[in-house]
Amino acid sequence: MTWLRKNLIAIIGILVLVYLFIPVAVIAVMSFNKPDGKFNISWNQFSTDAWQNLCGVPGVCDSFLVSIQIGLISTVVATIFGTMIAFALVRYRFRGRSSTNLLIFLPMATPEVVMGSSLLALFLNLRFPLGEVTVIIAHIMFIISFVVVTVKARLQGLDPRLEEAARDLYASPRATFRYVTLPLVLPGIIGAALLGFALSFDDFIISFFNAGTLVTFPIFIWGAAQRGIPVQVNALATLVFLVALAIVLTSQFVSYRRRKSLEVVPEDDRSPATVDVMSRS
Amino acid sequence: MAAVLPSGGASGAPVAQRRARTGYFLLLPGMAWLAIFFAIPFITLFVTSLQAPSPDAAGQFVPAFQISNYADAFINYWPQFVRSLVYAGLATLFALIIGYPLAYFIAFRGGKWRGLLLVLVVAPTFASFLLRTYAWQTILSDNSPITQFLNFLNLLPDDRILNTGIAVVAGLTYNFLPFMILPLYAALEKIDPRLIEAGSDLYASPVTTFRTVTWPLSLPGVVAGTLLTFIPAMGDYINAQLLGSTGDRMIGNAIQVNFIQFRDYPIASALSFILMAAILVLVFSYIRRAGTEDLV
Repeated sequence: MTWLRKNLIAIIGILVLVYLFIPVAVIAVMSFNKPDGKFNISWNQFSTDAWQNLCGVPGVCDSFLVSIQIGLISTVVATIFGTMIAFALVRYRFRGRSSTNLLIFLPMATPEVVMGSSLLALFLNLRFPLGEVTVIIAHIMFIISFVVVTVKARLQGLDPRLEEAARDLYASPRATFRYVTLPLVLPGIIGAALLGFALSFDDFIISFFNAGTLVTFPIFIWGAAQRGIPVQVNALATLVFLVALAIVLTSQFVSYRRRKSLEVVPEDDRSPATVDVMSRS
Repeated sequence: MAAVLPSGGASGAPVAQRRARTGYFLLLPGMAWLAIFFAIPFITLFVTSLQAPSPDAAGQFVPAFQISNYADAFINYWPQFVRSLVYAGLATLFALIIGYPLAYFIAFRGGKWRGLLLVLVVAPTFASFLLRTYAWQTILSDNSPITQFLNFLNLLPDDRILNTGIAVVAGLTYNFLPFMILPLYAALEKIDPRLIEAGSDLYASPVTTFRTVTWPLSLPGVVAGTLLTFIPAMGDYINAQLLGSTGDRMIGNAIQVNFIQFRDYPIASALSFILMAAILVLVFSYIRRAGTEDLV
C-alpha cells in the first residue's frame, strides 16, 4: 500500500506516456493490415504488401516528395531569417524592440485556420496564383518564429566568458564569431531547423488553404480519408516517425555523452532546448 | 545587451552606430517576411470581410463597407462558436488533468532520464497529425473495447463515442497534450525540491504541500500550457471533421467550408476575424486574471 502511494505519480506518468503512443501504435499496426473493403479502420489480415510496395498507390509518393521539397526550402529560408533575428535580438540594440517581439510572438498564438485564411485572402486579392510558391511562403512565415525562439534561447544560454576569452587571446571579432560563437550556437540552429522541417512536413491547415490544386502529403491523406486511406500512407508515416525518433534520440545521446565527458556544464543548463521551443515562451 | 560584445572603447559613437545598422540589417528579411505575409494579411482579411457581392458577376466580390457580414456570420454560426469554446475549454481542462502528473513525474522523478522522457512526450507528434486523429476512429469505433466497456457501464448517452462530441473532445485533448506538458514541465523543473521537502518537514500533508507550495509555483506553466492548448484547439477543425458528426462541427469547419467550398469569402473572412478577436480578448483577460503579464 505504501509502495503504491510512493509510486503513484510514476505509475500515472507512465500510463499517460503509454496513452500518448496508442495512436502511433495503431498507425504502425495498421500498416501491416490487409483491409476488408476500402477503409483501413478495423483489423482484417496480416500483410506486408504496403511495405513492399510503398509507392503502389498513385499519388502517394508524389505528394510525399512534394512535402519533402517544400519542407527543405521553407526550412532553409526560415532558419536563416530566424537565426538573423535571434542574433539581432540578443546582441544588438535597436528601436522598436517590443513591436518586434510582438510580431514574432503573434504567429505562435494565432490559430492556423486564421493564419491560413488571412493569407489566402491576401493572395486572392492580389490574384496571385495558388500553388507550391504560396505554400512555401506560408510555411516560411509560420516557421520563422519557432526558429527565433529556439536560437534565442541557445544564444542567451551562452557563457559570455567563452567569447571574452577568445578576445583576450586576440581573436578578431570575425574569428571569435567563426570559431567560438557559431559552433556553440550551432546545436540550437540545427534543432530549430529540424523542428521547422517537422512543422512544415506535417502542416495541413495552412497548406490546405493556400495550396490550390497542389497536393502535399497531409493534403493527400485528407483527400483520401473520404474514400479510404491507402495502407501505404500508414507505412510511410511509420517510416517518418522512426526516422525522426532516431535523429532526436541520437542527438540526445550525443549531447549526453558530451556533457558527461566535459562535466563543465553548469547545473542550470540541464533542460534541453526542445522545452524552450515547445513552450514557445 | 550590446555590452556583451566588444566594448570597443576607442571610438564609441561610430561603432555603436555601425552596430545599430547591423542590427537592423539582421532583422530586415525575417521581419519584412512576417510583416508582409502575417500582419498585412490581417488587413486584407478585414477588407475582404466587408466586401459585397458584385452586381455584374456571380461569385465575385467588390470592395464595400458591408458591416452586416459580421451579423450574418454570427447569426448563422453562433452554435459553432459556442461549441468551439466548450470543446476547446473541456479539452484544455482534461489536458491539464492528464498532463500535470506526467510533467511532475518527469521534473521530480525523471533524474538522468529527463531528456529521454521529454523526447518521448514530443515523439508522437512525429507521426502525422491527420493519421493520429484518424487512428482514434479505430480506437473509439463502435465495437472497440473502450466503447463496449463504457456501454457495459451504461455511461454513454448515445451508446457510442465515435461521431459524437465526446470523440471530438477526446481527439482535441490528445492532439494538444504535448503543448500542455512541456510548459508545465518547464515550470515544475525550476522549483527547488527542498521547498516541497520543507512542506512535509513542517508536517503539511502531501495535499496541503501541493496546494500551497507546488501548485502556486507551477502557475506560470499552467497559464502557458492552457493557452498553448486552448488556442489551437479553439481553431481546429480536423478533429471535428474526422471524429464528430455534422452536429459537432466547430468554427474552424465553418471558416474552411465558406472559404474553400462555398467561396463566400466575405462571410469566411468575417468568421475568421471574429475568431481571432475572441481569442485575443479571452487570452488577454485570462493573462490579466492570472496576473502574469510578463509571460508573453
